[in-house]
Formats: sequence, C-alpha cells, structure tokens
Amino acid sequence: MMQQKLHVTLLTGRTIEQGVGKEYGKSSPEYFEACSMVYMDAEDMKKIGVKNGAKVLVTTPNGSVVLKAVKHPRGSMSGLIYIPYGLWANSIVSNATTSIGMPSFKGTPAEVEAAPDQPILSMRELLKKEFGR
Amino acid sequence: MSVINAVTCPICGCLCDDIEITVVENEVVKVKNGCAVCEAKYLGYKSEHRISHPLIRKNDKLVPVSMDEAVHKAAEILANANYPILYGWSSTNCEAQRIGVELAEEVGGVLDNTAVVCHGPSLMGTQEAGIPTSTLGQIRHRADLIIYWGCDPWSAHPRHLERYTSFTEGRFEDSEWKSYINKVKAAAGRKKLLSAQRVSPKKQEISVAESVVFNKPPETLQKEGRKLVVIDVRKSMTAEMADYFIQVEPNKDYELMQAMRAMVKDQDLDVDQVAGVPMEYLKEVVDTLINCKFGVVFFGMGLTQSAGKFRNIEVAISLVRDLNLRTKFVIMPMRGHFNVSGANIVFAWQSGYAFGIDFSLGYPRYNPGETTSMDVLLRGESDAALVIASDPAATFPKRAIQNLVKHPLIVIDPHMNPTAMLGDVVFPSAFVGIEVEGTAYRMDNVPLPLKKVVDPPKGVISDEELLKKILEEVRIIKAQETKNKTEGA
Repeated sequence: MMQQKLHVTLLTGRTIEQGVGKEYGKSSPEYFEACSMVYMDAEDMKKIGVKNGAKVLVTTPNGSVVLKAVKHPRGSMSGLIYIPYGLWANSIVSNATTSIGMPSFKGTPAEVEAAPDQPILSMRELLKKEFGR
Repeated sequence: MSVINAVTCPICGCLCDDIEITVVENEVVKVKNGCAVCEAKYLGYKSEHRISHPLIRKNDKLVPVSMDEAVHKAAEILANANYPILYGWSSTNCEAQRIGVELAEEVGGVLDNTAVVCHGPSLMGTQEAGIPTSTLGQIRHRADLIIYWGCDPWSAHPRHLERYTSFTEGRFEDSEWKSYINKVKAAAGRKKLLSAQRVSPKKQEISVAESVVFNKPPETLQKEGRKLVVIDVRKSMTAEMADYFIQVEPNKDYELMQAMRAMVKDQDLDVDQVAGVPMEYLKEVVDTLINCKFGVVFFGMGLTQSAGKFRNIEVAISLVRDLNLRTKFVIMPMRGHFNVSGANIVFAWQSGYAFGIDFSLGYPRYNPGETTSMDVLLRGESDAALVIASDPAATFPKRAIQNLVKHPLIVIDPHMNPTAMLGDVVFPSAFVGIEVEGTAYRMDNVPLPLKKVVDPPKGVISDEELLKKILEEVRIIKAQETKNKTEGA
C-alpha cells in the first residue's frame, strides 16, 4: 500500500559528482545537479510512489528541502537516504554538536514524501530564503 | 608550451604528487595522471566563478572597491570585534596558516579550521588514545589487509586505492588491479548469461529487518595477497570493489568495534548478531584481521559524524591497539582538504592545540564544545568573522550560518562561493598549488611542496600576502586606539 510519508535515517556525505561540481564552481550547473538530489532505496521510493528523478520533500526538525530523488545504484539501503554535502543538505541537517563541535551530519531521523508540484530551489534562492542575502 | 612534471595536486588529503600539467600562454590546457576532481580544478580555476576584485557590501550589494579600502575595512572589523571567529585555513598553504595564528592572537578571537566538521573528533580520539600509525609509503609496500571504515575513497579520494593501497604495486605486496578486473568481467559475463537465458531474478519483498544485506565472507578472505574490506552503512563505490563488504546498521559502528575487540581478545559474546552483522561472519572477519601480516584501517566521516563521534575513533584506535598484540596494524584518518593536516600541525606547533583555539583571554585555550567555531556560532556568541580558504555556508548547518551573517563577515577565497556571496568584505585570492607555491601536509602528516604552474590574475595576491596586509593594518588601528586612549586619559 502506498504511504504518504516515509520515516528514514538521514545520511549526508561526499559523492564524486559533488567533488567535481565544487571545483568547477559552486554556482555551476554541475554543482547544482550534484547536490540538489537524494539517493533513495528503490523499494522505499515505491512505498511513497516516487519514480526515479521525481521530486521529494525531505523534512527534519531543522527544516525541509525539495530534492530530486535518485535510485541508489548499488545494493539495498532500505530506511536510509543519502544527500550529498552542500547547501541543500545543510538546510535540514541536525545542529546537535553533542558538545564537541561536530554536528550530527549522519544518522538522524527524517521524513520523505512526494512533492511533484514544489520547485527545487537554486543556490541563490536558497541563500535568499535561509539567510536573506 | 611548457610541461611541468611532479606537480602536487591541491585538492584532497592524498596530495598526489605525480600530476603533469601542460601550460600554454599562462593557462593550464592539459592535466595528466589526475582524477576527475583534479582535472575539474586545474581546468576550471579560471572560470567565470572567480572573484576578480575586492568587494564590499553597500546597500545590500557587493560592489568592487580598491584593495586598500577593503584591507582597511576588514582590519577595522577585526580590530573592533570582541569575539571574532577566524575559520577555514584548510585549502591554503602552511605559510598563510602561520600568519593566521598571528592574526588570531592579535585580535583575540576563536581560531578554527575545517577539521571541526571533518576529523575534529579524530583529533580528540587521538588525544584520548594515542595513534598507532605510519606513512602511506609503508602501507603501499607492506599492507596485505586494507580496511576502509565509514569512508568512500572512490568518491572522496579517487586515487587513494591506486596510489597507496589495493591497486598499487608495492615492494612486498602486489597490486590487486588484475584480479579486480577479472572479477568485474566475470560479473558482467554472468549478467549477460542471465539476460540471454531470459531468467529474471525472483522478486522478493525486503523487510526492514532483512534490509541489512550481508553475504557470507568469501574464501579468498583467508588467502594470501592483498585484501580489501569495506565497512559502511550503504554500498558505496569503494564497497563494490571490495573483496568483502560489511553493511553495518547506522549509528552502530561503536558496538561493532567493541564486539570485534572482544573477539580479538578471544572473549565469547552470547549474541547472534552485532549491528546487523551475524556473529559467525564477524568471527571470520576477525580471523582475517588477526591472520594478516600488516593491516591498516582507514576511517572517514562515517565514524566522525555519526553517533559516538570521537568515541568511535577512540574505540577504533583501541581495536588497532588490541590487534597489535596479535599482528601488525595501523590506523589513519582519511583527511579531506589538501592541507587540513597542515592546519592542525601549524596551529598545534604555534599554539599547542590543533583546532578550536580561543585567544580571547590573551593566551590559547582549547575546550571542544566551548571553543569550537561551530558551538560559538550556534550559541550566537561571535560578533565578526573572517573565513578563508573554505566555504562554511556550504558545509555548516543553516542555523550556524544564520548567526554568522548577523555580524560583519570577511571572506577570502579564489571563487565566488556561497560564503563569499553572503560576505560583507570579500577578497579574491590566488589558488594555492596553481598560482602560488607553498607547503602542504598529506593525510599521513608528510609535508610536500606545492608548485606554482601559472601566474595569478592581475591584482590578485596570495592568502599569505593578504593576511600580512590585514595584520599590519590591524596593528596600526590598535596602536592608534591605544594612543587615543592614553591621550584621552
């Protein structure tokens, strides 16, 4: 049966595309493509009725962001989602530094739902929305 | 046209020093030996994203100004701040980092490098447990068991396997490249055969409990030769290349390592599985660890950014220490920025501490959680910031950046990155390792020289020169203030 929302564990991290994009320049289309996406398990995508390349809304206690859902190409990662490091991931990651300076960039709870009608914000739009500049 | 050999790549902690750069009329036209990221940097450094002039925010817009005006403005901000943050430092050379410490001491703020969101927990873990480590050269020539735990070098350090571990021809250990290629060919053959027979694999419902995929360790794990084991929460690109991939449940690395420690000490555990890994398989893995001649654990953000953080590192080091009672084992963090190790070393050499240093009392203090830039920002305590050679707007949680932009922000970077877009005073700088030479430390703390291959754009100076200018101006402003105070009194 199709679910409205899926409860998952959020991971953020490096991808080679993000690495290449950041070196081209963070305003480059390569960087936007590489960072405004989320890897999901194929079975999980079916559960919320999301096709490869469709838009999803990822929500945590710290905020929400619209991203392009991409099927994780290798193995199962049921219950996990993976967003490349970048502004899009940062708008929802946990602030909890557990008193050592390091926020919990990996392994925090999140919710995913289909968001076919919502736009993926560009870097400029995201900066304006979050920081007003 | 000139071809420059043995150029050190200024991107990740691998610091590959075999890059060949072809330069025509002061422009890089060809890059040989580098990875995809290396090519992107050397060929993209002159892109339209480059900052060409110093900029100051006026009426909410960044407008070009003269270098003197920008330097004066930046110095004024720093000299008048009570508790500024001086953050970044990891993508510049040690020479600039040294001036940074001097500047931090002069203005009395928090000096921090990108290790805080990277391997800061590793430094803390090392302070707790020490670190049995070696250089990458030793690993290249001797290691017969390579473990990548919570890291994906294929994506983040693309040439790590090729230069230092599995796919390099060492003096005592052979490259596994050919056997990997054979494995890939065999897998492709099997897939073709299946599609030719039109046999579709049976569809199975995967429950959450079964989601942690775990296959029996292959027999090759107990054989001679170099072996690659990857431990991660998802099957990364590196995991696909591994002889054996262990998929650990998220946030349970600590448990898994403690269980392995017990097993290394021949203690029995009365459980069926640990962190999603069946005990019988884990036993085989631990046997492989004990039976190797020279093992190495490389670890990354999978350990430092998930639950446990620095305790994960402490226990990983303890596991390696225990293994050293049975065989030879070393451990090494996979450092990200090309000179983040250098930043740690220069800061420690100058102040006694590697990151998160507070100069506000006139002497260096270090207390992670209190003096780390992230916590200072999240608590909203700072009143100005200088960001150099890094991009916190793309790496910090948004609340930290919301607090960062509430106060004057000085940014020094070659590229117009998100932090520069949010800045109040923005300086262009020359690319270290492309337009400026200097020293950088590799992830194994070996210093290597960076080369200058082309001249920087006109009017653009190095981080080191720029910081010297700002420091000089800060001293002039402070001297003037002291003079005014004494005259007023």
